[in-house]
Amino acid sequence: MIDIGLGHYLTLGAIIFTIGVVGIFLNRKNIIVILMSIELILLAVNINLVSFSIFLNDLTGQIFALFILTVAAAEAAIGLAIIVVYYRNSGTIRVEEINKLKG
Amino acid sequence: MNLIDNIMLAHSIFFYTFSFIAIVSAIMLTVSKNTVHSVFFLILDFISVSCLFIMIGAEFLGMMMLIIYVGAVAVLFLFVVMMLNVAQQTNEWFVSTKNSSHIPVGLLISLIIFFELIIVIGGWKFKPDLITSMSLPIDQNSTNTHSIGNVLYTDYIHIFQLSGMILLVAMIGAIILTFRQRSGLKRQSYFSQISREKSDGVQLVDVESNKGVNVDD
Repeated sequence: MIDIGLGHYLTLGAIIFTIGVVGIFLNRKNIIVILMSIELILLAVNINLVSFSIFLNDLTGQIFALFILTVAAAEAAIGLAIIVVYYRNSGTIRVEEINKLKG
Repeated sequence: MNLIDNIMLAHSIFFYTFSFIAIVSAIMLTVSKNTVHSVFFLILDFISVSCLFIMIGAEFLGMMMLIIYVGAVAVLFLFVVMMLNVAQQTNEWFVSTKNSSHIPVGLLISLIIFFELIIVIGGWKFKPDLITSMSLPIDQNSTNTHSIGNVLYTDYIHIFQLSGMILLVAMIGAIILTFRQRSGLKRQSYFSQISREKSDGVQLVDVESNKGVNVDD
C-alpha cells in the first residue's frame, strides 16, 4: 500500500483511459466533450509510457511521450477547426443532431 | 523511521493525492453540465498528472505538459466553447429522446475494457533479459532535460523534424478549414491600385460654352 510501484501508475492510467472511453460512448451533449475525452485517453497513454520509462530506467518512453504530446496538440487543433466549420454550417454541434451521414 | 521510510511515505501520500484529484476531475469532465466547467476540469486533470510526472522524475515532460496542454490546448478549447455559445446547453446524461440502447452497451464495453486492462497489469511480468536489452538507460548524473536533449537532437532527429512537419500541416489545415471569403466586403486590391495609370483615371475634354460636360457616361 505504502510502496508505490509500477502497478499503481498503470492502474491510474487504466482508470483514466476507461473514463475517457466512457466519456466518448455515453456523451449526448456536444462534440467538444468527446474531443476532451480523446485528450484524456492520450493522457492515460502518456502516464503508462512515462511510468514504464522511469521504472525500467529507460529514456525511450519519455521521448515517445513527447511525440504523442505533439500529435495530440495537432489533433486538438484540427478537430476544433472542424467543429467550428461544422457549427458555422449547421448551427449545432449536438451529438444527436449530427446525422448528415445517416450513420 | 529512517529517511528512506519518510521518502516513501511522502511519495505514496503525494501519489494518492494527485491521482485522486486526477480521477475525480476526469469523472467531473465527462459528467458536468456546463462545457466550460468541463474545460476547467480538463485543466485540473492535466495539472495533477504533470505533478505526478514531476514527482517521479520526468520533470521535462511534466513541464512540457503544463506548457502545451494548460497553456495552449485548454485555452484553445476554452476559446472554441465560448465562441460557439454551447456552454449553456443542458446535459442529458442517461436521458435520450430516442430510446436507444447505446448507454448499457457503452457501459458494458467500458467495464470490459477496464477489467481487461487490470488483468493485463496484474499478470504482467518483466522479460528476464529486459534490463540488458535496453537502448537508452537513464544517466543518473545528468538532469532529465539534459539527457532528453542529448538523444532528441541526435538519435531521434528525423522523428523530431517529422513532428515539426505534423505541426505545420495541422496549422495549415486549421487555417484553411476555418478561413472564409466574405462577399460584399470592400477591401483593398493592391495590384489594381498600383497598376492604375493616368489614361484610366483622367480624361481631358474640351468643354463647349453653355453645354457643360456629361459626367454620367
